[in-house]
Amino acid sequence: MADRDMQGPLLQVQNLTVTFQTARGPVHAVRNVSWHIDRGEVLAILGESGSGKSVSASAVMDLIDCPPGIIETGEIFYQGRDLLKMSRGLRRTINGKKIAMIFQDPLAHLNPVYTVGWQIEEAMTIHGMAQSKAQAETLRLLRKVGLPDAEVAAAKYPHEFSGGQRQRLMIAMALALKPDVLIADEPTTALDVTVQAQILQLLQELQAETGMALLIITHDLGVVAEVADRVVVMNKGEIVEQGTAAAVYANPQHPYTKRLMAAAPGQGALHEGEQSSPILELKDLRKSYGAFEALKGVSYVLHEGETLAIVGESGSGKSTTARLMLRLEKATSGQAIYKGRDLFTLSDQELFRMRRDIQMVFQDPTQSLNPRMTVYQLISEAWAIHSDILPKTRWKSRVAELLDQVGLHSEHMHRYPHQFSGGQRQRIAIARALALEPRVIVCDEAVSALDVQVQGQVIALLDRLKAEYGLSYIFIAHDLPVVRDFADRVVVMQGGRIVEQGPVRQIFEHPRERYTRDLLAASLDPDPEIQARRRAARLGKEVA
Amino acid sequence: MTETQTEAVPKTKEPGKFITILRLLWADKVATTAAIFVLIVIGCAILGPILLDGVATKANLRGRNAPPFDLSKGFLMILGGDQLGRPLLARIIVASGNTIAVATGAVVASMIVGSSLGLIAGYSRGRLGQVIPRLADVIMSFPSLLLAVIVLYMLAPSVGNIVLVLAITRIPIYLRTTRAEVLEIRERMFVQAAQVMGASTGRIIFRHIMPMILPTLLTIATLDFAFVMLAESSLSFLGIGIQPPEITWGLMVAQGRPYLTSAWWLSFWPGLAIILTTLSLNLLSNWMRVALDPTQRWRLEIGGKKNG
Repeated sequence: MADRDMQGPLLQVQNLTVTFQTARGPVHAVRNVSWHIDRGEVLAILGESGSGKSVSASAVMDLIDCPPGIIETGEIFYQGRDLLKMSRGLRRTINGKKIAMIFQDPLAHLNPVYTVGWQIEEAMTIHGMAQSKAQAETLRLLRKVGLPDAEVAAAKYPHEFSGGQRQRLMIAMALALKPDVLIADEPTTALDVTVQAQILQLLQELQAETGMALLIITHDLGVVAEVADRVVVMNKGEIVEQGTAAAVYANPQHPYTKRLMAAAPGQGALHEGEQSSPILELKDLRKSYGAFEALKGVSYVLHEGETLAIVGESGSGKSTTARLMLRLEKATSGQAIYKGRDLFTLSDQELFRMRRDIQMVFQDPTQSLNPRMTVYQLISEAWAIHSDILPKTRWKSRVAELLDQVGLHSEHMHRYPHQFSGGQRQRIAIARALALEPRVIVCDEAVSALDVQVQGQVIALLDRLKAEYGLSYIFIAHDLPVVRDFADRVVVMQGGRIVEQGPVRQIFEHPRERYTRDLLAASLDPDPEIQARRRAARLGKEVA
Repeated sequence: MTETQTEAVPKTKEPGKFITILRLLWADKVATTAAIFVLIVIGCAILGPILLDGVATKANLRGRNAPPFDLSKGFLMILGGDQLGRPLLARIIVASGNTIAVATGAVVASMIVGSSLGLIAGYSRGRLGQVIPRLADVIMSFPSLLLAVIVLYMLAPSVGNIVLVLAITRIPIYLRTTRAEVLEIRERMFVQAAQVMGASTGRIIFRHIMPMILPTLLTIATLDFAFVMLAESSLSFLGIGIQPPEITWGLMVAQGRPYLTSAWWLSFWPGLAIILTTLSLNLLSNWMRVALDPTQRWRLEIGGKKNG
């Protein structure tokens, strides 16, 4: 085959238009999309949710369900041959073998009842490799993707691995057949920053070693800056811009790209908070689940009118502190002093009154809004519970007012949550929290599920409301650039402990602890040049 | 925030709830047909025994096992006559009264009791949450027919007691389903959001959890409707159910069984009535499941229009 692929790119998509038939008429998922990728190249497809960034890759892998999907026009050439005109059988010899794919959620793509070693072997044996050879090859692959004790790892089941390790397994499986092209669909979105950096580094190393082409589909400018040679920017099913990663970042041409680059978090001015009186104080908070200690003595103070960010990776206990504070769970020991009273010892009645003062905005508005209630019902429920806030006759006008304040229209009142976009839903959730006229709002990863531009809008909204209502925020997040733009003070947590806390400038510019420095170094900057410098520094350090 | 704004928000012209529901029903023609059929059955069940009781119990030995579609013996004999020459059509209409009463009674009773117990079992984290499911296990491990035989042998076989027995044997189905759903929904984010707002337990259960599980329960209930009708007929067949001269569809099927080879219509028509009733209820519950769910409702709102 090697002699045939001399001319033209390795994989080329030309004028691809894919339409999905829905009950509300046809929807163009992608329109006239063309891109190509060469051997040894890293191409990133960048886009927000609903931009159609995954669709062309799905078309390459024959993963589009027809119907409802229809490939209307276009060709996909792999080594000069049109994949779309091939027979199913012929395509199967290319899919998986020559073009492999890894996904965002590795757990969903690993079979829970087989050992991972068996699953990787299977990938090879179904394409005709001898069992014994496949076994040896599996161990070699597991070592290659950086899993310690390959023999032990091969005999384990998928649930016994962490998220990052599972993604390594998926990569091992994808590499089993030595593909020419590896497609990675949001490979690091579900992972912590430090793990994300490791996985991206692994992908780069493997790519350099095998000379395969790597196609990364992502929404994250940082990922593009870190790995991509070239980038294709998509919006609403169309390619708006393409070019080298550095050129697109430094000099975006299309208005959409310009907006996208401007919206990237981590570029704004740092907040300089002035000290005010404390409003909420946590003292030596502990929580154990059986023998496992989730929180090992956490203390911090929230001041009036400030935004306190709590950052940490998954399992650091940052959400647990919030859940304890709101009495969604019982603390094992410790105190939470609010207005001179310990929240943990309040009677039910006192707790009920306190609920008005401390509200929460959850991560995923799709789940935190009851799907069977209208926006009006959702927001007015606050007053149905606390009947002394507002008489029923004024509910309607107040809901309209709140919706207006969070940037929605009062006509939206009688719609249901599913009729809104993710960002709008989060606005509804914020309006609901405001309905109780709280003093403190806990935002648990409140913007993590949103697109970059929407994220910026919601952050701006939160900032504005803070000034208007005199609110204080506890902002739980894993995304450091967002925290940098929004927070006054930062608490860094790891493994149930506070590693470091201080004003945002101190944490971001002069971190004292090693863990904080690692966290900052692992977070990705949208500027490819900065990323290249960091990469060089990292490699230099490793060599030394 | 404190401004006193008294002007009313302009009322948007919205059709009433009832009209909206009728429109949603009309959008699904099959469900409309089913609803009309159910209404007819309910009408028969209420009016039938009052109007036709005399006709339905009057024996006419000349018309024994008279074949159907023969208008010479009068319109009421169009579906044929039974083994004593009583007109089948009239008997089916009269029987619908008892049948619907027993089935509705048993289904509603078991649904209310079962789902309440299930709610308690699912929501309480204490001992009740463990005791109640065991109760369901006990009922399920006991053969329901045997239970019915014992109870009805000791008590008199009346409509009330039959409803009682049937309801008890069907309770575990609702209990288990409700408990399982509650366990899942309780952990959903919007329930926690309500907790954070200070919602009481009652509010969480009735405003947030109940609406989510109601469609499932209604679907099970309509399926159960058929089961209960058949269970009642098997009790009647054993002679411990409804006692003649009272009639139900199940009893009619059982009574017609010896004549299956010579006069199929004796069992066929009441059987058809059972099938059509349950089928209609099923179609109706299927429609209701979609209509009650705001995220699914558009399927009805766009109507039968096929996309193209």
